[in-house]
Amino acid sequence: MLGNFDFDVIRRALPYLFYEGMTFTLTLTALAALGGLVFGTALALMRLSGLKLLGRIAGLYVDFMRSLPLVLVIFWFYFLVPYIGQWLTGASRPISVGAFASSLITFIMFEAAYFSEIMRAGIQSISRGQPAAASALGLTYAQTMRYVVLPQAFRNMLPVLITQTIVLFQDTSLVYVLSITDFLGAASKVAQRDGRLVEMYLFAAIVYFTISCIASFGVRRLQSRIAIIR
Amino acid sequence: MIEISHVDKWYSPTFQVLTDCTTSVAKGEVVVVCGPSGSGKSTLIKCVNALEPFQKGDISIDGIKVNDTKTNLSKLRSRVGMVFQHFELFPHLKIIDNLCLAQEKVLGRAHDKAVTKGMALLERVGLKEHAQKFPAQLSGGQQQRVAIARALAMDPIAMLFDEPTSALDPEMISEVLDVMVDLAREGMTMMVVTHEMGFARKVANRVIFMDRGEIVEDAPKDDFFGKPRSDRAQKFLSKILSH
Repeated sequence: MLGNFDFDVIRRALPYLFYEGMTFTLTLTALAALGGLVFGTALALMRLSGLKLLGRIAGLYVDFMRSLPLVLVIFWFYFLVPYIGQWLTGASRPISVGAFASSLITFIMFEAAYFSEIMRAGIQSISRGQPAAASALGLTYAQTMRYVVLPQAFRNMLPVLITQTIVLFQDTSLVYVLSITDFLGAASKVAQRDGRLVEMYLFAAIVYFTISCIASFGVRRLQSRIAIIR
Repeated sequence: MIEISHVDKWYSPTFQVLTDCTTSVAKGEVVVVCGPSGSGKSTLIKCVNALEPFQKGDISIDGIKVNDTKTNLSKLRSRVGMVFQHFELFPHLKIIDNLCLAQEKVLGRAHDKAVTKGMALLERVGLKEHAQKFPAQLSGGQQQRVAIARALAMDPIAMLFDEPTSALDPEMISEVLDVMVDLAREGMTMMVVTHEMGFARKVANRVIFMDRGEIVEDAPKDDFFGKPRSDRAQKFLSKILSH
């Protein structure tokens, strides 16, 4: 059966798959994780702040984002936001956002909701005595968060954060709905062009699997290295 | 130095933890606060540097009102050292960095000056050689001595101790108390919540006895140990001094 397969098609497509496809996938993953982490931490701090209104807003946002399918949000954002932007700014034509920017913003918004829940758990895992001790030394709320609470919360949560990033790495393939050439998109284009669907999709699966597996293994190594000695 | 007048605190509208607490700690004075658990003594000492809010009354430190919204609390707290029952060293920082953090971020000291000060204090509490370790690598008694050094690094005008030896194994209590006794003899203003009556006998000027959120007894040390006037204080003392 394997005799019918043409694996050479993969070799020929490698530069395209990796230079175009994987570069896009990794860039999107890295930027979305970074943005998601920053906004997620901000959301977590809003939720944990004493201010009820801020907490309510952040809570609503997180619940809203988690109640929608990611594909729908990607789609919706790409096709509707130009019109909303037009309506908001009163421009004469729909505002063009671009596929990359659009998908990046979508992923950041989406991941922020997930990261914020992880960070919230991380911050809550720090005993209340720690911020009390920091305040007693005269540190302000912002300094307490920055130097005492968040560094510990990050260390505690890093394995979960990276695991979520691995999920994000796989989820980026959903940008195919926007016909973007990410790794899966590139593989799919070659597959269609050369009529080699089985080979290309098999190869794509192996690549995703390998990268995710190595990353998961790395998480375990990292976990034992950075853990706070207790 | 520390003035506490008519302080009331409620956890909920029906649950009062502090009732009309009035006392003071003069400069250079050592005041020991004791009482059964749940009597509000830890809560009272936490009210002093506003780690716990209170609803009625006034507390002032060195003439600055703690419960005034215009007071810069961070600045005020940086001048009052506090030592906690569970040490609360920062576990992600080395011992020396635990001592330097607030010196640099709050007082704005240069790093090398903060390190010099930190090392001098570590030497004083006998832990200089542990400077590069992490808190969890030290015993409870050592951690508490580091916590005292960390508070002293801020050059505090007064020190608050919230049951500093309650979480320690018995054989480690004396090493911490020795540091505190030295501090008291040097003239540090101290308010100490503790059950260590030996410590109170040795260095306290006054002893406050609290029960059910009230200050029941507030007397010079010799009077307190000689003949406590209230029944409740008498009972408490007989319980903890019986063996």
